Amino acid sequence: MPPKDARPLAIEAVGLAKYFGSQAALTGLDLIVPEGSVTALIGPNGSGKTTTVRILSTLLTPNAGRATVFGHDLVAEPEAVRASIGVTGQFSAVDRLLTGRENLALMARLQHLRRAVALERIAGNLERFELTEAADRPVATYSGGMRRRLDLAMTLMGEPRVVFLDEPTAGLDPRGRLVLWRIVRDLVADGVTILLTTQYLEEADRLADRVALIDRGALVAEGTPSELKKQSPGGRIRLHFAEEDALAAAAVEFDGAERNESDLSLELASDGSVDGIRQVLDRLERRGITVESLSAQPPDLDDVFFALTGNRPETSSAVASGVVQ
Amino acid sequence: MTNPTLILADTATMLRRDVRHAVRFPMLTISGLIMPVLFLLLFDGVFGHTLRAGLGNTVSGGYINYVLPGILVMTAASVAEATALGVNADMGEGIIARFRTMAIWRPSVLAGQVVGSVARTLITGAAVCFFALALGLSTNGKALDWLAAIGLFVLLSFALSWLTVAFGLLAKTPSGANSLALILVVLPFLSSAFVPTATMPPGVRAFAEYQPFTPIIDTLRGLLTGTPSGQHGLVAVAWCVGIAVVASLWAVKLYNRDSPIAI
Ligand SMILES: Nc1ncnc2c1ncn2[C@@H]1O[C@H](COP(=O)(O)OP(=O)(O)OP(=O)(O)O)[C@@H](O)[C@H]1O
Ligand SMILES: [Mg+2]
Repeated sequence: MPPKDARPLAIEAVGLAKYFGSQAALTGLDLIVPEGSVTALIGPNGSGKTTTVRILSTLLTPNAGRATVFGHDLVAEPEAVRASIGVTGQFSAVDRLLTGRENLALMARLQHLRRAVALERIAGNLERFELTEAADRPVATYSGGMRRRLDLAMTLMGEPRVVFLDEPTAGLDPRGRLVLWRIVRDLVADGVTILLTTQYLEEADRLADRVALIDRGALVAEGTPSELKKQSPGGRIRLHFAEEDALAAAAVEFDGAERNESDLSLELASDGSVDGIRQVLDRLERRGITVESLSAQPPDLDDVFFALTGNRPETSSAVASGVVQ
Repeated sequence: MTNPTLILADTATMLRRDVRHAVRFPMLTISGLIMPVLFLLLFDGVFGHTLRAGLGNTVSGGYINYVLPGILVMTAASVAEATALGVNADMGEGIIARFRTMAIWRPSVLAGQVVGSVARTLITGAAVCFFALALGLSTNGKALDWLAAIGLFVLLSFALSWLTVAFGLLAKTPSGANSLALILVVLPFLSSAFVPTATMPPGVRAFAEYQPFTPIIDTLRGLLTGTPSGQHGLVAVAWCVGIAVVASLWAVKLYNRDSPIAI
């Protein structure tokens, strides 16, 4: 991957703030999206992801801060911004009284495409989103997943340089999700920049080359998925013992680790590095404790998410505190 | 995006969308038609005899000749009322948020709805005139007078449609939009639509003489009976143009607020 600064920025936001009355949605968000990247915006419900997308797509004016899309200021040059973006929001933005084909044709007209180009793109998008058969039915008769696919097809009619996707796979079946992932990868291959929000950390991990984690309206962490995982204490090592004495002795040595009597195992937090594992084994050896087997699980984005937003629902704090020194 | 070709192209696109909606969902158009036709039948058929007697020989022909211009103004108001409802419902649709993110002539959605509303008013007005002819309308107006009447009717419809588009944008619910627009349908009762303002009690009379619908109705009446009065005509046109300018600026301003709906 080239160094961060080598790529020009598609989006640059500094100190974005948005208040709805006394309710703060964004409290000073900084965000950069390099051109040609897939950047995933993740964060708990209500953290401001949709608000960010709505500001960047010129639907809302920020109360403070500024942002540019390809160098065009959102507030000063909204027309220039609109000319290069495409938005598929969290809630469907299709015309329910028209058919799928008419919706795409409406987009083609508003993009002022020549007739031949329009017809070609309409057919191509219907095909790509598997809507050809349903093309001439009113959208009111579409399923939720079909509407989401049509929504994205409409966004792509104008061949935007930046695409915003707010929870694009919410409500899609596994197959629909795979189709969407493939489309995102195809778009990126064509040089399109993508900013997507998602609740599925696995999706961010697979799709994004940069992840921005936001909480309570501000950025809390940013980087490639692997950079973020390194910051997290969330990885685990599971030690299996042959006998109870060994387990008991190890539990004393690693105070606070999660002890499981039924399968004689002990789970400790670790960054998953070889060094970390070696340290654990060294300590066990010094005490003369015999360990039968070991399995390591590196941190995933879930761990990063919970570590940095601090709201893991169940009581695994014991694991979190048993960090290897 | 201020290129006139783009303005026209985008408005035409939005008009197409509006017409498709009207065809797929004709209830709004029909409800805009029912009220004026009912009023025509009610005022001419039921009250017409007595009201005509009250007019004496200040006017010529049957009551239908006197009442048609007022009913036509109500037609424009009634169709525009349906437009307020339609716009309010439409603004809750996600597609509107999408339009706001696109590099199009921004007021084109509204302009399309206004032009659609004017077209529906013309069709409804033609239907009302057809009923009026069946009820014995006689006209002395020449072709040029009729053309002028149609012109004024279109201008009135244009002004009222911008106003009700603004109402549709302003109201939080469709029924709120409807109540606002209902004022326009009721206002002709306090004008020269059904009886001359001279026969009204003093306070009401002052209001009736100065409200915009009275000069518009008087002008239409003069054109249809072939006795146009240029003075009323100027006042009528001035009112329509004034309302259209203020209402369209207001509507665009309301539309340019932060998008109320989430997408
Ligand atoms: N129109 C609005 N009026 C009032 N408050 C709002 C409005 N839109 C958003 N908010 C508030 O702003 C905060 C951020 O909302 P936002 O929709 O951006 O969150 P989100 O990260 O997209 O959440 P989710 O994951 O649930 O989609 C929330 O507290 C929300 O209640
Ligand atoms: Mg959201």
